[in-house]
Amino acid sequence: MSDETLLAARGLVVRYGSTDAVRGVDLEVRRSEVVGLIGPDGGGKTSTLRVLAGLLRATAGEAEAFGADTWRTRRALHHRLGYLAQRFALYGDLTVDENIQFFALMYGVPAWKVRRTELLELVGLEDFRSRLADRLSGGMKQKLALACTLIHSPEILLLDEPTTGVDPVTRREFWRLLADLVGEGLTLLIATPYLDEAERCTRVLLMHDGRILADARPQEIPDLMPGSIVEVTAEQRTRAAEILAEIENVADVSVFGNTLHVRVEGARDPVAVVRTALGDSGVPVEGARPIPAGLEDAFLYLTRSPEPEVLMEASS
Amino acid sequence: MIRRVLAVAIKELLQLKRDWRTAIALLGMPLVLLMIYGYALSFDVTDIRLGVVDLSRTSASRRVVEAFLESGFFVRAATLDEVRPTDALFASEAIQAALVIPADFASEAAALRPTSLLFILDGADSQTASTILSYARQIVAATTPEVLGIEFRSPLEAAPLVWYNPDLKSSIFLVPGLLAFILMVSSVIATALAVVREKERGTMESLRATPIRAIELLLGKTLPYLLVGSVSAAGALFLAWALFEMPVRGSIFWLAVVTLLFLAGGLGWGIFISTLAESQQVAFQLGLLSSMLPTLLLSGFIFPISSMPRALQIISSIVPARYFIAALRSIVLKGVGPDMWWQQAAALAIFGALVLLAATVRMVRSL
Repeated sequence: MSDETLLAARGLVVRYGSTDAVRGVDLEVRRSEVVGLIGPDGGGKTSTLRVLAGLLRATAGEAEAFGADTWRTRRALHHRLGYLAQRFALYGDLTVDENIQFFALMYGVPAWKVRRTELLELVGLEDFRSRLADRLSGGMKQKLALACTLIHSPEILLLDEPTTGVDPVTRREFWRLLADLVGEGLTLLIATPYLDEAERCTRVLLMHDGRILADARPQEIPDLMPGSIVEVTAEQRTRAAEILAEIENVADVSVFGNTLHVRVEGARDPVAVVRTALGDSGVPVEGARPIPAGLEDAFLYLTRSPEPEVLMEASS
Repeated sequence: MIRRVLAVAIKELLQLKRDWRTAIALLGMPLVLLMIYGYALSFDVTDIRLGVVDLSRTSASRRVVEAFLESGFFVRAATLDEVRPTDALFASEAIQAALVIPADFASEAAALRPTSLLFILDGADSQTASTILSYARQIVAATTPEVLGIEFRSPLEAAPLVWYNPDLKSSIFLVPGLLAFILMVSSVIATALAVVREKERGTMESLRATPIRAIELLLGKTLPYLLVGSVSAAGALFLAWALFEMPVRGSIFWLAVVTLLFLAGGLGWGIFISTLAESQQVAFQLGLLSSMLPTLLLSGFIFPISSMPRALQIISSIVPARYFIAALRSIVLKGVGPDMWWQQAAALAIFGALVLLAATVRMVRSL
């Protein structure tokens, strides 16, 4: 039962005029998974989610939910699926209670008043029931939106960048909330530009430029990148980067804050390679140490690859 | 189906309740407009400023001048000894008409020779001028036997008997058109913003994620405004009756039926515009233009359809106000039953059904 595929896309293409937003995406979401669709803005995340939610018609390829085409069966699908748009618009001139009531009636939820109270307690808005939605803070609006999309007890929830533009405290609260929902058996597909949120997912899809570059568990993502990372601290950072980029074993150099992350391939002692190169050019090195590759390193590596392809299938 | 229509309708009413400015505008605007236009818009001309140039100075000539003043249409604005200064008075609009009685008027009249009174008019406003002229003719015709001292009878006479509006008061003719105009504009504006507001605020996307159908959304958006529109239409009809003496000779029931059909068409047209427009501003302007101009110009409200060029007559056949005004005049002024105006009612129903269908087709695409 837990292996049941809820969402699937095969060769999904979404084209707006002459721009391809999604260029052939294959993906699957199984019951009880928390799948993160991670990538930079403009990578096709929203288009992918909207097709899967039955809000947008795919230009080509297949998108299925519960084994049926998402567009053709969208009305039935909307009873089983929740979709939280990036800018989920509430009715600002309706109260918290009225907003939820509206969506409850739209979905025809039986005994919705009980459900509403439950949800308001869950998201912590029970003290604000008669407040107009426009008068809520950003985080509270987000929680109300979540309550509205959950009123019909969907089996799967699609969230489009739910934490973008939300303060860190609210972000953590929001994720805690999502964790509670997952505990109750909800399946999630979350689009986010934040790499650090990948760690909260059971599986991550790295999306860039309309394609899925990687499909793996979060801890496996760094392994997708060959070589090892040396963190270099140097006064003349820009010059150091230029010099290192010319070295044979150095695959690429990225700037991380005031350090450099240098990826070295095919060398037995990567730190020595870096120190020698910089020493030869007379650039003083304050520090050079090997560090474990992080998600961000892997992501930068993957988005730089000239040939995007799925590098690894999820092991489960 | 009904549940979701109701959900949308309740939401719209709640939003309308919160947005009290709009609510007041929708309910009160028709009444205010009716008052303003009702008082301002009239083809009746009274208190015409008359310049009197009596060169005859006889009892006969004074009798003619009195006849003008007693008619109630004219007031004496100037008394002159010669014709020339009337120029300046016309130019300064001190007078609108001048009556010049020639010096030989009394003697010629006494001799029963044909004689003329000179009647000078400001023709800049031709509509008013022709009205004044017809008053003057009537007065002169009525006074002639008295002045000549003979009983005068023309061999043939068309004895007028005016039905439905015996005093030929233009308000009785204009108020039904005014009602059509006001109800059309306010109903179109009411719904023109309804769908586009959801697009602008982004709530459309939230709606699309629910199992709602296009027709459910449209009905849910239209019905509350039909309710609001009915209330304000009833108010406007009452005002028309109370203030402008519009008689209601026919059945109130049929009046309500025809008004509802008309409102449905206006609301449907507004919804259709709302599905086309991308912003509330565009929707508002489209709604205003498309409801105001045809209703004002092509409905028979002011300009009779029968005297329009053929092409405009054909265009006017898709203006719902045309049918509403005709039906309203039939019901209200003539008090006749459905057998006399069922075609107009059918035209209104067809218009309403077509625009709602068009809006639904548009909506299905964007939902």
